[in-house]
Amino acid sequence: MSIPNSAAKPTISFISGVDGRIRRRLLLSRVFAWTCRLATYSALAVLIVLLVAIVYSSVGRLSPDFVTNTNSTNPAKAGMLAGLWGSFWLILFTSLFSVPVGVGSAVYLEEIAKDNFVVRIIKVNLANLAGVPSIVYGMLGYTVFRTSAATLSVWFDGSHVIQVLGLFRIRLAKLPLYEDNILVGALTLTLVILPTVIAASQEALRSVPSSIRIASLALGATRWQTIWRQVIPAALPGISTGVILSTSRAIGEAAPLIMLGALTYTSMCPGSIDSPIKLLTRPAQVLHAPLDQFTAMPIEIYDWSKQPDSRFTAVAASGIVVLLVVLLAINSVAMMVRHYASRRLKW
Amino acid sequence: MTKSKTPAWASQRVSRHHEKLIQAVLFLCAAVSVLTTAAIIMVLLGNAVYAPGEKKAFFEQVSVWQFLTGTHWKPVDGAEGRFGIIPLLSGTFMVALIASVVSVPTGLGAAIYMSEYAAPREREFLKPILEVLAGIPSVIYGFFALKFITPWILKPVLGIFGLELGTFNALSAGIVVGIMVTPLIASLSEDVIRSVPRSLREAAYALGSTRFDVSMRVVVPAALSGILAAFLLAFSRAIGETMAVVIAGGQQPIATLNPLRGAQTMTSFMVHASTGDSAADSISRMSIYAIGIALFVITLTINLISGWILRRYREVYQ
Repeated sequence: MSIPNSAAKPTISFISGVDGRIRRRLLLSRVFAWTCRLATYSALAVLIVLLVAIVYSSVGRLSPDFVTNTNSTNPAKAGMLAGLWGSFWLILFTSLFSVPVGVGSAVYLEEIAKDNFVVRIIKVNLANLAGVPSIVYGMLGYTVFRTSAATLSVWFDGSHVIQVLGLFRIRLAKLPLYEDNILVGALTLTLVILPTVIAASQEALRSVPSSIRIASLALGATRWQTIWRQVIPAALPGISTGVILSTSRAIGEAAPLIMLGALTYTSMCPGSIDSPIKLLTRPAQVLHAPLDQFTAMPIEIYDWSKQPDSRFTAVAASGIVVLLVVLLAINSVAMMVRHYASRRLKW
Repeated sequence: MTKSKTPAWASQRVSRHHEKLIQAVLFLCAAVSVLTTAAIIMVLLGNAVYAPGEKKAFFEQVSVWQFLTGTHWKPVDGAEGRFGIIPLLSGTFMVALIASVVSVPTGLGAAIYMSEYAAPREREFLKPILEVLAGIPSVIYGFFALKFITPWILKPVLGIFGLELGTFNALSAGIVVGIMVTPLIASLSEDVIRSVPRSLREAAYALGSTRFDVSMRVVVPAALSGILAAFLLAFSRAIGETMAVVIAGGQQPIATLNPLRGAQTMTSFMVHASTGDSAADSISRMSIYAIGIALFVITLTINLISGWILRRYREVYQ
């Protein structure tokens, strides 16, 4: 939308002799331009100040052992390992739940649905769900998922699972089902990000040109074959970018998890898995992890931030640095997918 | 797309039932969102208005009138408890208003700059910065407000005027919430400003307008409905914002409009109460659901008004 500069900026000296009013108008125009520029660049300034303030505050605690220690009441020893693993499990299951349902909804709305009453209700409803504060989902999760888990835990003590696992030579002492477990948290986060996942997938599907669909249908493919073999593969980069970005939003969500009653202080990693090696070598613990209690990175940051002991400021700031690094890594993956796809696909 | 020379699907039998089944499954996926809304409403009503079984719902113990007009919020069990939502509402709206004061001029200014002034290259550089700002989690902003904005910016500045600022205050919470919703306003407003046709701008320039005249007297009025809708969406987002306010805003439910003191918003009360150790069916715990209804209704209403303005007052150009 940029207009050639010469049109908007006649030399003031030429005008000045003619009319003071024009001069004032041009001055106003310039002041306005600078005000808008200032407003825009203030975002950059805030971002820089935010990052510098956080990195500066983290000095004194941010060290390799911050990500290998679990939480502690001693600020010099408190670390984020439990939160990292908690967030890992949460995000794993959140993606597992939200991708099929989210992409499925988007496919239904974009490719299959006719414009009838039910579909219009679904669309209006989705638009409104996106505006519901995430904390409300936390109440839903507490009342529905957590209560269901509590009810289940009454008759589920894991003994049957343990017996079945015994057949596969996986030995497990007990498999307790906590009511505030990873799955409950992941289900809640799924509902939080579902509107975003659906919207992103819809947009990706919409960007697939209809010529591809028509060609596929003309060759005798059914509607589902067209969707599954042509449309979804073509939309995949867009869908995965959208899904990754929504998931990164879930990593930073603390409010719904706190509403659920997730642990704010714990030194236990879910399923006692505290290293990637154990993830591969301890199948019994891996099975236990989704049913275990958890904390997450943003919850630990919240907990450290509100400690009255000022030495925890550095701990909270270190936690933020780790969270930001994780988010940065995830977002660069999304950006790489987008970049790679935009180079490969051309129509 | 298929790489093999004889496509695998060519040999597959196409079953009509198979197709129908898949469509039904996809429909169920789409129905999850409607179920979610239904579940939210049922959970809120089922604990606040009418609870089945022995449990007593919140509004069976506190009258709606008392709840809406009471000026004291003291969510404890027994005779001591006072359940008037006014203090929480005033806290919430104070934070959201401060956020608007921060985000409306900044967001609109950024939108105008990016659509009317910035060269494409500069825009490509600015847009991701706003996206990053929008993607930073709420807890981080809470920390920033509590540990940086309050002690290092607000305290020295307000100290010059002899004003006293609490460690937890609504002002710092409002400022960071404003920073959080600025990108939302900027990107939504930019979209509508960009959709104003170029011919309008050119006509205005031809009549001798300066860039200011074109932006503020032609483009912004033409996009006004969309900009207003963006403001409203940002306001509702600010109302529902939780962690930043919990960390920086404090937990004092006092009906005040003094932003230098701590204030409790609806969301920060909900977090506070759910981390407390009161019994699951006690009235202090049930009050979360009543506040939840208020929060849900307020944000939903604002979002609906925003959508209505967008549809009703949209200028349509060819």
